Amino acid sequence: MSIDRREFLKTLGVAGASLSGATALGNTKPKPNQEEFFAILHDITLCEGCQECEFACATANNLPEPSDYPDSEVKRKLKPDQYSVINAVETSVGEVYTKQQCMHCAQPACASACLTQAMKKQKEGPVTWTEGKCMGCRYCMVSRPFDIPKFEFDDNNPKIGKCQMCFDRLKQGEVPACVENCPAGALTFGKRSEILHEAHRRIIEDPDTYVDHVYGEYEAGGTSWLNISPVPFGELGFKTDLETKPYPELTKGFLYSVPSVFVLWPALLMGLREATKKDDQEDLEGEDHE
Amino acid sequence: MSEGIVTKPYGRPASTWKFLLSELKPRGNPWTIFNMISVPTVIVAAVIIVIRFIYGLSAVSNVTQSVPWGLWKGFNVVTGVAFAGGAYVLTFMVYILGMEKYKPLVRVTVLNGFLAYTFYAIALILDLGKPWNIINPIIGNSFGTSSILFLVAWHFILYIFAQLIEFSPAVAEWLGSERARRNLKRLTIGAVVFGITLSTLHQSGLGALFLMAKGKIHPLWYSEFIPTLFFISSIFAGLSMVIFQGSILQRVFAYQLDKNSDENHNIMIRGLSRVCAIAMFVYFFLKIVDSVHNHTLTYLMTPMGVWFMIEMIGFVLIPMLLFVRGVRLGTPFTIKLASIMTLIGIVLNRMNVSVIAYRWDEIPRYIPTWMEIVVTVSIIFVQIWIFRWVLHRMPVLRTMESMTAPKPATQGN
Repeated sequence: MSIDRREFLKTLGVAGASLSGATALGNTKPKPNQEEFFAILHDITLCEGCQECEFACATANNLPEPSDYPDSEVKRKLKPDQYSVINAVETSVGEVYTKQQCMHCAQPACASACLTQAMKKQKEGPVTWTEGKCMGCRYCMVSRPFDIPKFEFDDNNPKIGKCQMCFDRLKQGEVPACVENCPAGALTFGKRSEILHEAHRRIIEDPDTYVDHVYGEYEAGGTSWLNISPVPFGELGFKTDLETKPYPELTKGFLYSVPSVFVLWPALLMGLREATKKDDQEDLEGEDHE
Repeated sequence: MSEGIVTKPYGRPASTWKFLLSELKPRGNPWTIFNMISVPTVIVAAVIIVIRFIYGLSAVSNVTQSVPWGLWKGFNVVTGVAFAGGAYVLTFMVYILGMEKYKPLVRVTVLNGFLAYTFYAIALILDLGKPWNIINPIIGNSFGTSSILFLVAWHFILYIFAQLIEFSPAVAEWLGSERARRNLKRLTIGAVVFGITLSTLHQSGLGALFLMAKGKIHPLWYSEFIPTLFFISSIFAGLSMVIFQGSILQRVFAYQLDKNSDENHNIMIRGLSRVCAIAMFVYFFLKIVDSVHNHTLTYLMTPMGVWFMIEMIGFVLIPMLLFVRGVRLGTPFTIKLASIMTLIGIVLNRMNVSVIAYRWDEIPRYIPTWMEIVVTVSIIFVQIWIFRWVLHRMPVLRTMESMTAPKPATQGN
C-alpha cells in the first residue's frame, strides 16, 4: 500500500481538524460549491468613469437615473435608490474610477444576520433581498462589512436597497445590466474561479500596471465582486481592515454553544436545587410556606 | 378613593367582572408631580409615533445609513434588558439556591422584568421598518436560524411567557381563585429553570449581536467576549435595579409595608450588594484581561480611551468599592448611591457598544432627536403606570391577608 505525500498531508489535516474544532472553523478556503458562484471583475485600469453602468443599473432596477457625475472632490455614496456608484479618485497614477456596489460575499454577514431570510445568498452567487420577508430591523446594516445595504428611512413602507446582481436576468441566462452595458470592457462576468483566474492572469502578464492584489479574493472570506487596480486599494478608499475569514464565523462559536446551554443548564439548575434543599423542605412544586 | 372597591375577605370579589371594573378605576390623587410630567410626555410621544408611522423613521429619528440603530434599540432594548436581569438572578437565588430571605423581592422583580420585556418589545416594534412582518421569524417558513437576532427574538418571547407564569400566582390571588393559584404555583419551578436558561442565552445573545460588527465598534469595546461580558454585567445591572427600585418602593408604597420591612429590606440589599460587588469584580477583571490580550490599552490616551476609563473606573470600579464599603459599614445610603452609579455605568456600556462607540469615527455623529428621547422616556413612563397600577392592587409587595382591608392609596394612579 502506497500513500503519497499529498494524501498523507490530507490525512494529517483531517486528524488535526478533528482534534481542534477551532482550526476547522478558521479555515478560509472557499468550499467547493463556492466555485460555482458567478462573479464580476472590475478592472479599474480600464474603467473610464462614463457611468453607463449606473444608467443601465437604474433602468434595470426601475430606479431614478443618477443626476451627478464622478468628481474627485466629492465622494458619491450609495443610496437606497442607487445600487451602483462610480467615483473618481486622484491617485499617484492619475485619476482612476472605482465602482461601488454590493460585493456579494461568499458567506454574507448580512444574510446570516437576517432573522427572516429576507437577505439571502443564492446558489448562483447574488445576495438578494425579499421585501415580503423583511421586518426592517436593520440588523443586516449593523453586521455588513462593506456598508452596502441601505434603508429607506424616509418611507413608511421602507425597502432595503442594494445591488441584486440582476438576479432576474441571471435566471434567464443574461449577464447583469452593468456588465452588458460597459463600453470600456472594464467589467467581466463569469464563474468565480474563472474570473479569479482571469484577474491573476492580467496581474501576472502586466505586473507594472497592476498591484498584486485581487480585492475580493479573500476580503470578508471572499466575494463575488473582484477588483484589480493600478494602485494599492487603501489609496482608492477601499476598506483594508476587513477580516479574511467570513464574518458569520464570528458568531458561530456563540451559536454552537446555544444547544449545549439548553441541555446543560436545566440539568445543572435542577441538580443545584436538589443539592441545596434543606431537609425539611418538601416544596418540589415551588409551593411556599406562607 | 377606595369606596368603589368590591372585595370580600381574602380579596375574593363579589363578581369577577364587577371587581375588575372597580379595579380599573384610578385611585388616589391624580395630581402628583409624576403624573403631571408623565401624562403630557406620553401624549406628545403618541403624536410622535403617529408621525413616525406616516412619514417614516427619519421624520422623528436621527438614525442614519451608517448608524442604523439609535436610542430606541440601544437604550430601550439593549440597556433595558440588562436592567431587567434582576428577575433571573433573584429567582436563581431563591428557587435554585434556596435563599429564602430574598423571597419578598421576587414577585416585584419578576413583575418589573415582565413589564420591561413587554415594553421593550413595543419599543422594538416602533423601530421596525415593516413591523407587520414581525410574525415572519415566529411563524412560517422564514426562519433565519443562523441569526443571533432570531435566537434573541425567540428567547425574548419565551421569557415573557416564563415570567408571566412566575408572576401568575399573584394574579390568581388578586382574583381570589385559590385553586388557580395552587395550580399555577406548580408551574413556577419549571418556569424558573426555563427562564434562567433563556436569560443566560439572551443576555449574552444581546452582546453576541455585535460580534459581526468587528471593525465598526471601537476596539476598546469590541471583544470576542462581548457575550460573556454582557451576561456578567446583566447580573449586577439587574441587582442594582432591584436595589434602586426597592429604595423608591419602600417610600412610595410605605402604606403597604409593615414596620420591620425597612430593616428586612436593608438586610436584603446588603446581601445583594455583596453579589453585585463580586460580579463587578469579575467583570472588571475580565475586561482588563481582554484589553491586555487584544492590545487595546494603547488607545487609552485617545479621547475614546478617556471615555472608556470614565465608564470603567467611574462607573464600574468606584461603585464596586462603594458596594463593598456599604456592606462593611451597613449604610443603605452608600449602597443606593453605588446602585445608581452602577446603573449609569450599564447605560454607558450598552450605549457605547450599540450606538456611541459604534462607528465612532463617523462624521457627523448620531445624536438622538428630542422626539426619540420623548418616546424613550414615555415608554418607561407607561411601564411605571402599569407597574404602579399592579402594585396598588395585587399582592406583590405584601401578602393577600394584609390586603383584606385596603387602605387608600397615597400616590395617584
